Order: sequence, then C-alpha cells, then structure tokens
Amino acid sequence: MNSDLAVEAVGLERSFVTHTGVLRRSRKEVEAVKGVSFHLERGELFGLLGPNGAGKTTTIKMLITLLLPTAGTARVLGYDVVDDVREVRRRIGYVFGGDRGLYERLSARDNLRYFSELYGVDPRRQKARIEELVELVGLTGREHERVEGFSRGMRQRLHIARGLLHDPDVLFLDEPSIGIDPVGARELRATIGSLVDVGKTVLLTTHYMFEADELCDRIAVIRSGEIVAEGTPQDLKRLVTAGRVLEIETYGVAPDAVAAATGVPGVQGVVVEERGQQQVLIVQFEAGAEVTQTVLASLGDVHVGRVSAREPTLEDAYIQLVTQDVPG
Amino acid sequence: MRQLLHQQWVCYRLQLRVLSTSLFDGLLAVFFPLMFATAALLVYRLNGDEESLQYAGLGAAIMGMWTCQGVIASSLLTRERWAGTLELLVAAPTSLTRVLVPITMALSTIGLYCVVATILWERWVFDLRLEVASWPLFVVGVLMAALSLALFGFFLSVTAVRYRTSWALGAALEYPGWLLCGFLIPVSSLPVWIQPLSWAIPTTWAMAGIREAANGGSPWVDLAVCAAVGCVYAALAAYLGQRLVDSARKHATLALT
Repeated sequence: MNSDLAVEAVGLERSFVTHTGVLRRSRKEVEAVKGVSFHLERGELFGLLGPNGAGKTTTIKMLITLLLPTAGTARVLGYDVVDDVREVRRRIGYVFGGDRGLYERLSARDNLRYFSELYGVDPRRQKARIEELVELVGLTGREHERVEGFSRGMRQRLHIARGLLHDPDVLFLDEPSIGIDPVGARELRATIGSLVDVGKTVLLTTHYMFEADELCDRIAVIRSGEIVAEGTPQDLKRLVTAGRVLEIETYGVAPDAVAAATGVPGVQGVVVEERGQQQVLIVQFEAGAEVTQTVLASLGDVHVGRVSAREPTLEDAYIQLVTQDVPG
Repeated sequence: MRQLLHQQWVCYRLQLRVLSTSLFDGLLAVFFPLMFATAALLVYRLNGDEESLQYAGLGAAIMGMWTCQGVIASSLLTRERWAGTLELLVAAPTSLTRVLVPITMALSTIGLYCVVATILWERWVFDLRLEVASWPLFVVGVLMAALSLALFGFFLSVTAVRYRTSWALGAALEYPGWLLCGFLIPVSSLPVWIQPLSWAIPTTWAMAGIREAANGGSPWVDLAVCAAVGCVYAALAAYLGQRLVDSARKHATLALT
C-alpha cells in the first residue's frame, strides 16, 4: 500500500446475504463487488462509471467506512477503512444524489450548522465557513429558507456544501447530478470542477458519460461488480475508434433479428436503444468493413427508418464496455 | 470539554427545532397523551373517590411523557433512516453516543411539555387540582423522569441502527408501560412475577418518587434508584452502540428503509 495515494483499493469484494421465507428459510448470496482494484492520485478527479447495480455505490460505501468489505483492503490517505475508521472519516466528505439526506424542516444554514458540529468544525470558524460554502455552491440569499422548499438542484448543491464543511482532502460524490435539470447539472459540474482546482481529490460515480468525459482525469468502468476498463477518457474512446457506428431506426425489431445482425461478419456489437416507438440499433463494426446492406438484409421484414453511419463516441465505448466483452 | 458542550447544546437546539417546527406538531405531540389522560380520569371519576382521582391525575401526567418520549425514542433512528440522514450521522467522526444524546434530550423537552400540558388539561377540563406537598421535589421528580426516559430511549434507539424494525418494539411498549410503570395502578397490584419487569424500567422509580413528593414523603431513594437504572441503560447503550454500528456495517442495514 502506498500512502502517497489518496485512495487505494486492492481486491475489494462485498457480498450481501438475503433471506426469504418464514418456515422454509432460503438464503441467497449476491456478490455486488468482485475484487475491485484501483487507485486515486492526490488532486485527481477519478470517475467510476457503470450502469445501475454495477457496484459503484457499494464500492464507495466501503471506502467511506459505511460498509465492511467481505474481502480485500482499501486505504484512504494511508488509513485503512476497516481499522482506522475515525481517521478516515475526519478526512473525507461524502455526497450522494437525490432528495434525501437533509433535515427538511431546518434551513439550509441550520443543516450546515448541525453537520458542522458533528464533523468537528471549530465553533469559532463555523459562521465564516458556512458563509463561504453557501457562496461556493450558489445558495447565497436562500440559506435561511427551509430545505423542504428547495429544488433538487439546490438540495444537491447544499449536499456538496455539507460534504465540504470540514474541509476534507478527499470527496466522494455518488451520482450527484442524478435527476437534476441540464442547467442545474451544468452548474453542479462547474462546482465539482472547481473542487479539484483547490486541491481536493474527488471520486465521482455517475452513469452520464459526458459528465465523466468533461470532468474526470481518469475513468474506471465497472460492470457487474468488476472493473472492465480503466484509463483516461481518450484511452476509453480508443477502444472503439478503430471501428465505426451504424445507426438504424427500426419499428418492432425482434430479438432474433438483433441476434442475426450481431452475427454479420465485421460487426463487433449491436445495442438496441428504445426511443419512443422506435428501436434504434447501434451497430459497431470494423473500420473498412461494408456491413450496411448485409445488416439490413439480416433484419428481414422489420420496418426500417433512417440509416446513418458516424464516428464512435465515448458513449459508444461505455455502452460496449458495459454490455459486451472487453475488446482485447 | 467546552467544545463538547457547545456541540451538544447546538445539536440539542437544532433537533428540538426539527421536532417542533409548527403549531400542528405542538398540538399533535399532546393530542394522544391528553386523550389517554381524559379516558383514565373519566374512568377514575366514576366512583367519586377523590384520592383515586389524584392518583390517576398524577399518573396520567407522566403517562403522557412515556407515550411521547419513550415510545418515539425507539423510532428516532428509523426517522433518520427514512430521511437518508442516518448514514451521514454514522459516517461522521463523532461517536454515535454524542449524536444520539442531544436527540433524546430534545425528546425529553417535548416530554416535559406533555407533562405540563396534561396537568393544565386536568385542571381546566376536569377541575382537578393536583395536591402536591412539595412542588420543588415534584419538579425534581419530573425532571428525573424525563432524564431517565431519555437514557432509556437512548438504549431503545441504538438498537434501531442494526435492527430496522426495532421501532416496533418501542410502539409495543406503550400500553404495557402504562401498567408496568404504575401510572394508573400500583405496581404492587401486579402479579409478583411481573413486578421485576416494572423495577427494570427507570420510569417506575421516577413515578414512585413523584408520588412520594406529592404525598409529603422523601423521594430521594426512589429517584436515586431511577438515576441508577437510567445510567445502566445509558452504559448498555454506549457499550452496544459501536458494536451495533459495526454489525450494521457488516450486514448493510444502515441504508435500508
């Protein structure tokens, strides 16, 4: 373990046991995280990407000491997340997305005062610190209002202020932009970006590819509890830039037609995206291969709309990573 | 030490604000205690025995405290869990004991408000003037009842960290508590095998002390036992607190609603 690193996870595993039934109890064990390893340099903004249920939140909760790992080790600023719980907690901030996690009946300022006390902020510095953070997250003028009247974006910014109260060195942001409108999300991204400018290390989980692309120095893609790719956004894009993408609008495409299209020589993968009444087939194929006619023929009687070819994006890389085998 | 007291004071004030933001909350907090007190006094008034009415009047006042404080305390952390704040409280570098004490003390304040409201209700609606030989000792007894209930509530609330349905235990204690604590009937009239259960609840001793103060006796022995029993629960809660948090981290029950 290297204590110069902000976060270091080695072979982290976590399984959950559930029981069902009253007389005939049945036990089920689910492996949520299966041997995840990664590290964050100090001052880095690292993204953990993955679909719902991939193990992002479970990984974060192990790092912030809310869950004990089933196996593996993790350190934050050199402190073990199992043995040095208090030391870890003093140095980290945790922010999660959604409406919950605040006292609705208290004002934004009182929420911050309460958590200031619990996170050991010096009483003499509290007032100035709260004012500073309220300004940082753009809630100046609204801090005396009760949280119950806040929009989701305002709550989210208040969450970030709460997470920064004790000036933590490492900040864990778990899907902070979930459910926020585009303007609010953009403001939030600007706030997150400014954290790194003041020397914070940030671990961000999200399933918005553009968000990770804009903010993160490095990204790890997690799927079914395992990291399937890691690198800079450019590294991940390169995974699919060797090929091209064909988008085919269809109506009522059946799974066997998709399977047939996947089997066409030169096709690397097919993903179906539901867009209202349409199903858009996103076909990734090898550069130089001529697959358009063959793929269309493989769809049989399916009603086809617009067909277009384009360069692959980071989102294509992400979709490929979380839905298919990683290319060698 | 100064910082600790500052922390506890600020957290207490803010938690009290959470519990008492609106007039509606204020009315709701006493609604059930007042209705229960009303039912008890109506029953005791039937035989026209002034002594019995005094007995019930005193008991009904503290019964309200038991209802709104002891029972709600067990659902304290369930409330935090539903609000999504439980994980943040546990993830704080402050120990869970320091987090919970101001919350239970805020509940005690609501409990005291219930006692005062019930006494006034008894006077205005039933024209029942409580005959208390020593009001200062009576107040000491009530304060001890509030404090010991806070400690008992602290114990009940800690278990909710690990067992998310433990709030139901608190709710289930409400009506047995009326009998066990001697609010409306003397503990000595209960079956002998049940009486040890009564003595294990600090409120039973507080109630006995309050009755002594009202009757002109010395409440100190009862109140001392009450304090001791309350301290046992507090120590047990402090001991169990960290273990239950660790168990919750192991079994992933903190975020479950």
